[in-house]
Amino acid sequence: MIDLRLNHRQGDFHLNVNLSLPAVGITGLIGRSGSGKSTLFSCLAGHLKPRQGCISLSGRPLFNSTLGLNVPPAQRRIGVVFQDGLLFPHMSVERNLAYGSQNRGTVFWHEVIEALDLTHLLNARPLRLSGGERQRVAIARSLMAEPELLLLDEPVSALDPALKARTLDLIARVQRQTQIPMIYISHAPEEIRRLCHQVVTLQDGQVRSVTEGEAHGVGPKLAAVGQVICAR
Amino acid sequence: MFGLSPTEMSALVLSLRASSLAVLWALPFAIGLGWVLGVKRFPGHGLLNAFVHLPLVLPPVVLGYLLLLLLGRKGLIGGPLYDLLGLRIAFTESAVVIACAVVGFPLMVRAIRQSAEAIDPRLARAARSLGASELRVFFTVTLPLMAPGILTGLTLAFARAVGEFGATITLAGNIPGKTQTLPLALFTVTQSPGGDAAALRLCILSLVLAGGALLASEAIARRTSLQEVPA
Repeated sequence: MIDLRLNHRQGDFHLNVNLSLPAVGITGLIGRSGSGKSTLFSCLAGHLKPRQGCISLSGRPLFNSTLGLNVPPAQRRIGVVFQDGLLFPHMSVERNLAYGSQNRGTVFWHEVIEALDLTHLLNARPLRLSGGERQRVAIARSLMAEPELLLLDEPVSALDPALKARTLDLIARVQRQTQIPMIYISHAPEEIRRLCHQVVTLQDGQVRSVTEGEAHGVGPKLAAVGQVICAR
Repeated sequence: MFGLSPTEMSALVLSLRASSLAVLWALPFAIGLGWVLGVKRFPGHGLLNAFVHLPLVLPPVVLGYLLLLLLGRKGLIGGPLYDLLGLRIAFTESAVVIACAVVGFPLMVRAIRQSAEAIDPRLARAARSLGASELRVFFTVTLPLMAPGILTGLTLAFARAVGEFGATITLAGNIPGKTQTLPLALFTVTQSPGGDAAALRLCILSLVLAGGALLASEAIARRTSLQEVPA
């Protein structure tokens, strides 16, 4: 389970969230701009320290204001994929992928590269990549670090419609194969209902609804990916 | 070389040596301060920024005199150094290096701060979320991305140090063969009868050195901006 009890104030904005989500499949987090999606994203990833509350992931406490606990992002095992990929521009694609990976050259490494169709891009520099390619590398880079949870912050919003659809399919496939739970943040509900197993709607810093998404069930794991994930 | 007298030659060599040493000594501090000023926000940020940039706007002679008060034989720092260790700073080559470092420092910090400000803070966050420690984030992400600013700062500070006059003459004096740098040698020959040819020679040398450093700085800036345009 992903347990979130957060109370955070930033100027006039007040985030007050009390959520328990199953750590399986893809959870959509939707809401207009200013609804608190990004603040929640930052609190979960550990990039922002909430004023009050607690966060735990599969029973592992990540933040607890009463106990003074705040696990740093590097130890949270929560991967992040930003809107524009945000690859390290001074490193090749391969070095980007290896940055958080302990598995360079292993079966898992090759599985992820193959699943995201990156073999021909390994030596390229991020500035030479198209928007879709950048996002594929960013997703792969996060997966290589074997996160327990992957946060995707509007990863397709900058892509054209055709590429958007392909990337969404890819995300769904990668989730089925790796079984890594994902939280997909978006301001466009139509974009993610199809993709998500459950959808949380935020409004003015509060949870307005938690509904079931259109995606059901979980697909088979890739054998190699499953082994590595289970072995950790 | 170029018809330079031994004194002029030694002034040129001293200028190059002192300026190089000055920028190299100042570099780690400038990187640290440039990063702190560019990335961190804290009470007193503006004050620290103003203090760092003070040498840019203070008359160099004032700067030299303040340094003399600090580093002279009876100075706040220079006094104990001389009494306890027998170390003399004022009117030595070390004084030339310090004067050059102080005047070039704000130019370095400024260039580095600007390049630190231009780095998307989410890159560091992405690195942290990939398991990197703060130290690893700094050395593998922040520092390489600040490199263009560091190189620009280095060349600008070097050019400024080569041309340094007021602080140097106040703190280090104008001792031929010991603390006489290129600008001081130029000043000396302009004060001597029949020194026109030597003055012109040293003037051209100064122009070549400063111009070369500026061209290098421009080339670095241009190369960097070209790299930042997505292909």
